[in-house]
Amino acid sequence: QVGRSSIRKDFTAVSGAVRYDDDDGEEEDLNPEISADEEEANEEDERKRNKLVQAISSMGGGHRSTRLEERSEAVIQVSEFGVNAVGEGSKIELSDLIPTATKKAQKQIETLQRGRKTLDTPLSRLLPDINSQQNLTIQNQRAEQLLFPLNQEPSGPKPMEHVVTAWKARTPLEQEIFALLNANKQPIHNPVLTPAEEESIKAMSLEEAKIRRAELQKSRALQSYYEAKARRERKIKSKKYHKVHNKAKRKEMLKQFDEMVKTNPEAALEELKKLEMARMQERMSLKHQNSGKWAKSKAIMAKYDEDARKAMQQQLELNKDLTQKVVTALNNDEEEDNEEEEGTEEVLPDFVNDAEKAENVANPWMRGKLTEEEQEEEKISMMVDEAVVIEESSEEEEEVNGEEALLREFENRRQRRKEEENQMADQDEEEEEDVVAEDELSEFTSIIRGLKEKPEELIVDNSMPLVEGLTRIQTFEDAENLDLEMSENIKDDVTEIVQLEETTKEPSPKKAKKRKRNIELKEVLTKEAKVVNVPLKFTTEEAEEEDLEDEIHQRGLIKEAFAGDDVVSDFLKEKRKQEAAGKPKVIDLTLPGWGEWGGLGLKPSKNKRRKFRIKTGPVVQRKDSKLPEVIMSEQRDKSITPHQVSSLPFPFDNHTQFESTIRCPLGRTWNSEKTVKKVTQAKVVTQLGAIIEPMGREELKKSQQNASHQKSQSQTATNQKKAQPERRKKQAQKRKKHRE
Amino acid sequence: DNEPEKNDGESERPLQRKAQKPKKRKQEDTGRDSRQGKKFVSGVRLIQKFKRKEEMSKSRHKHHKLKRLIAQSEDASKMAQNQAARFDLLLPEDEGFLEGDEGEDTCTISQEDIANAVDISASAKYFNLKLSQFGPYRLDYSKTGQHLLLGGRRGHIACLDWQSKQLMCEINVLESVNDVKWLHSESMYAVAQKKWLYIYDSNGIELHCIRKFNDVLRMQFLPYHFLLATASATSFLQYLDVSVGKEVAAICTKSGRLDVMCQNPYNAIIHLGHPNGTVTLWSPNQKEALVKMLCHQGGVRSVSVDKTGTYMVTSGMDKKLKVYDIRAFKPLKSYFLPTGASCLSLSQRGLLSAATGDVVQVYRDVWSTPVTKPYMAHRVRGAVWGIHFCPFEDVLGVGHGDGFTSMLVPGAGEPNFDGLDANPYRSAKQRQEWEVKALLEKIQPQLISLDPNKLGEVDRATFEQKHQDRIEALGFDPLEKQKFVPRFKKKGRSSAGAVERRKKQVAHEDQREVIKKSIEDKMRTEKEQKQKNSKASAVSKQKSALDRFRK
Repeated sequence: QVGRSSIRKDFTAVSGAVRYDDDDGEEEDLNPEISADEEEANEEDERKRNKLVQAISSMGGGHRSTRLEERSEAVIQVSEFGVNAVGEGSKIELSDLIPTATKKAQKQIETLQRGRKTLDTPLSRLLPDINSQQNLTIQNQRAEQLLFPLNQEPSGPKPMEHVVTAWKARTPLEQEIFALLNANKQPIHNPVLTPAEEESIKAMSLEEAKIRRAELQKSRALQSYYEAKARRERKIKSKKYHKVHNKAKRKEMLKQFDEMVKTNPEAALEELKKLEMARMQERMSLKHQNSGKWAKSKAIMAKYDEDARKAMQQQLELNKDLTQKVVTALNNDEEEDNEEEEGTEEVLPDFVNDAEKAENVANPWMRGKLTEEEQEEEKISMMVDEAVVIEESSEEEEEVNGEEALLREFENRRQRRKEEENQMADQDEEEEEDVVAEDELSEFTSIIRGLKEKPEELIVDNSMPLVEGLTRIQTFEDAENLDLEMSENIKDDVTEIVQLEETTKEPSPKKAKKRKRNIELKEVLTKEAKVVNVPLKFTTEEAEEEDLEDEIHQRGLIKEAFAGDDVVSDFLKEKRKQEAAGKPKVIDLTLPGWGEWGGLGLKPSKNKRRKFRIKTGPVVQRKDSKLPEVIMSEQRDKSITPHQVSSLPFPFDNHTQFESTIRCPLGRTWNSEKTVKKVTQAKVVTQLGAIIEPMGREELKKSQQNASHQKSQSQTATNQKKAQPERRKKQAQKRKKHRE
Repeated sequence: DNEPEKNDGESERPLQRKAQKPKKRKQEDTGRDSRQGKKFVSGVRLIQKFKRKEEMSKSRHKHHKLKRLIAQSEDASKMAQNQAARFDLLLPEDEGFLEGDEGEDTCTISQEDIANAVDISASAKYFNLKLSQFGPYRLDYSKTGQHLLLGGRRGHIACLDWQSKQLMCEINVLESVNDVKWLHSESMYAVAQKKWLYIYDSNGIELHCIRKFNDVLRMQFLPYHFLLATASATSFLQYLDVSVGKEVAAICTKSGRLDVMCQNPYNAIIHLGHPNGTVTLWSPNQKEALVKMLCHQGGVRSVSVDKTGTYMVTSGMDKKLKVYDIRAFKPLKSYFLPTGASCLSLSQRGLLSAATGDVVQVYRDVWSTPVTKPYMAHRVRGAVWGIHFCPFEDVLGVGHGDGFTSMLVPGAGEPNFDGLDANPYRSAKQRQEWEVKALLEKIQPQLISLDPNKLGEVDRATFEQKHQDRIEALGFDPLEKQKFVPRFKKKGRSSAGAVERRKKQVAHEDQREVIKKSIEDKMRTEKEQKQKNSKASAVSKQKSALDRFRK
């Protein structure tokens, strides 16, 4: 009814005239346009009309709405049919559109209306499904290999469990046996382990987990108090304190290191490397070398100010200390070797600021002044330790990532800490547990250490050192005159070297250029001839049997032998020629007479020549620039380029990534069979003749199950380490709840 | 007691060797990088040995596909490495070595003594062939070490299965013979005769006379490329592809008579020695020498490169023996031999044999430790003309004026052979199959270069060129990141400070998001953690009745 009325109203909106639409076909047109003069007459009309309307409405029955809504305001948007203003009125019903509704039609419409449901947009229905499949799709896209059809029964022998579970005892004998087995708790379906065995295994894992957990807890606690300690120390602003502290630390480290050399040489080696690194850095840097701003200012004052002088001196001393080489039993051996080899060489300091090296540096009295502060340092360390003990209980937050590293650290400090462990009796329960577990731990960790460190010891650099051993520089003639025995006085050698240097300094000025390169070609050729003893003296009978050809050849050889003198200079000439050819050429484009006077005997000015001289390219350093006796071709080998990859394939950003991925050979010649199979496996494998069905929902489920299974597995794996106690806690909580 | 104590049957096959290992040697071989220690070495070093590439440094942001690809390749390489290390167990054999009594020099032990001490089959490998008529002899062993080819200066050519002493063929070419060389298998060999290069089969039938190759003095065969490289008196270095019979390259070296030649087995580069004391390195792809090194003051008499391509040993007229690191072209060691070495040969395990006149000396470890005396020495009759270690055997073949001598040199040969590469025990059928496979896997001569891994590198020059072309075509560099240039604004709003401010607004925009995201993540996780904690604490904080008495 409402609808009908609204339609009526809409019609009025369009035509501008009120139009009464009747089901029965009665239509009344009334003209509302009335002039102002006839207002009274109008009122009369209105009354009459109302009457008429009332009469009609009473005639038509009560179901029709009498409310007529007139449009009272201007509306911007008018619907297509000029029916309704926006937001005004209500929905159009189907029945409204049908002018004459017989009862039958009415009924039909009603049934239609009853059965109506709105349909969703097509994709939105599928969306969750697609989303759930996305994981699987990605998984399949990323899989190294896909096997089709998807749900294939794995061929080959089945595991025994599967076979056994499918089988059932039928005959009385079998049943009897099974009864026996059952009675004795022997495994029936899972024949691998008896329950007792499984239990024992579980027990084992528990124990391990306990140990593991204890270690982790320990490390966490340690970490926390180290952190706290560091934080506290960082806050201290006193420079003096830090100075002293650093000194003490260094001292302590050295001491520890000395101990370690005896007890644990591998770790000591590592430590030594670190020390060496620190020393290197110190030597590289300009720190403590009186070259800073402060030092410069002090240097100005040094003339007058005693303190400034002292301060500078101190800094230098510090530098000396820091650049002091740590001498231990570890590198003693090598050094001894070196000394043996070098023999006469003086012991020179590595650095200008270094003091002359003392011979017996292992002696602590010779190592510096640090020994004076030892007491103080010890005090500090004691203090620190106490603080650590106090703070131990306070913080227990964990950081899982660093656990492994911490464990290692823990190992290193274990011995130092042992004493403190004894004092820790008044700590929390967990701490106590740790102490209890200590003994077990020590065994456990010692095993770990044994495992870890053995291989390290055996990683020896394969490559042979390319360092020359004993090199004695001699001229060619010297070498020839030498006797077979090589034991000579060192003094002689030294003089020889001096002589040689004199002789090599003399020759042509051409070589002055070469001299810069450190390696003198002549020296390279003539140096170090190690004479080899030969037990059998060779006989020169060959000459007897020689042919004419051989003689010619021999003559050639002799000639060749005497040609040796200018071999070096020839080579140098050639090398220089090559270098010159490779250099960028300078093109002179000056034209005489342009812009200035020209003519006989006149040369273009320097300025002009400079202007018009063009350099063709940057100077490229030759590959052989540091090898005086080698000429390397600078030509690019183009023949291989067609076989090389010249553009980066899609996902790669740079050359090194790509080159590294294709670096490993794939073929059977270089790999084991298994590797070849893995590396060359096909992306998609289909079974011949099998129908490949589209992926069904069960696949999806399976993959989800797998994923969840894996997740849970990995979780359990990670949890197992710290698992049991937590689980117990939880259980206890649960019980608590129950009770409450 | 003068008899030398010899460890295991030198040239015996691996299985027997192991059985006879004496105890004493363990103390002896500390100084050497012997394989014996290997067995007791942990996996780490072994795995290190099979390392083919360094692990990639992980960059920050990568395409997810790239990440996956790199991870996969890394996995594969790791697996290959581990597997190879695992299978290294299957190579149980060590090369042996000679050990004297206390105070006894190994170089004074005579070949007869050694032959008496070892088992019969090994002692049978010491023999002399007295061929005084057509000498002096050059020789070559086939790749598997089973066959020997002898070429006498006066035209006598013989090839034989030297272990069974079975003669395969014997001919006289009635011309002077400069050099002989087996080709890829024992069914064919090349002979450099007075004028041309000839190819014969194992029955002595002349297959080819190659007129393009004249006056050849020395030859080398590159087995994986099927290339026969020849050095001629006319100073030409020529390459013949024996699989198709084509000349691949002919290079005029412009340095006179070429009678010193060897190959680098690692990268198939040919080394030539010259009378002006230089050694030059050649590939068929370049008309000039790749490298020219001045090695000796006199002429170079002989050159040899070890199996790994690391060391080069040269001897010259200045009576010196020099060891170079050929990867860096740097001299390592220099020795003075009272009589310079005329021929050099390096064995598979790195023993160096040098012929000085009629004495053959064998040195051990010439590159790592300074050597003062030879490991072994042996005098042959007549001047030595050719010298060659037999692959996979502890045998040194010496061709001299009076024929041929097969010497026993313990520790020379590689004890573990690769059955797919060179199988000494292969049958005729296996040889045929190997031949087909080898031909299929033939490496093209274009790929010969100093660095054999060059093929795996991206051709940067072409890449750059292509990139340049692209830039030219597009008018801009597509890979370049565009710089932000602030627009000029009027009314003094483009003052330097304002411009800088505007630049700052867009600076590091790409990073900002990442940072923002990471910070957000962090905050979220922290929040979650807090919530969790608060919940946990709420649970644990349930007060008991006695809590009120707590301080």
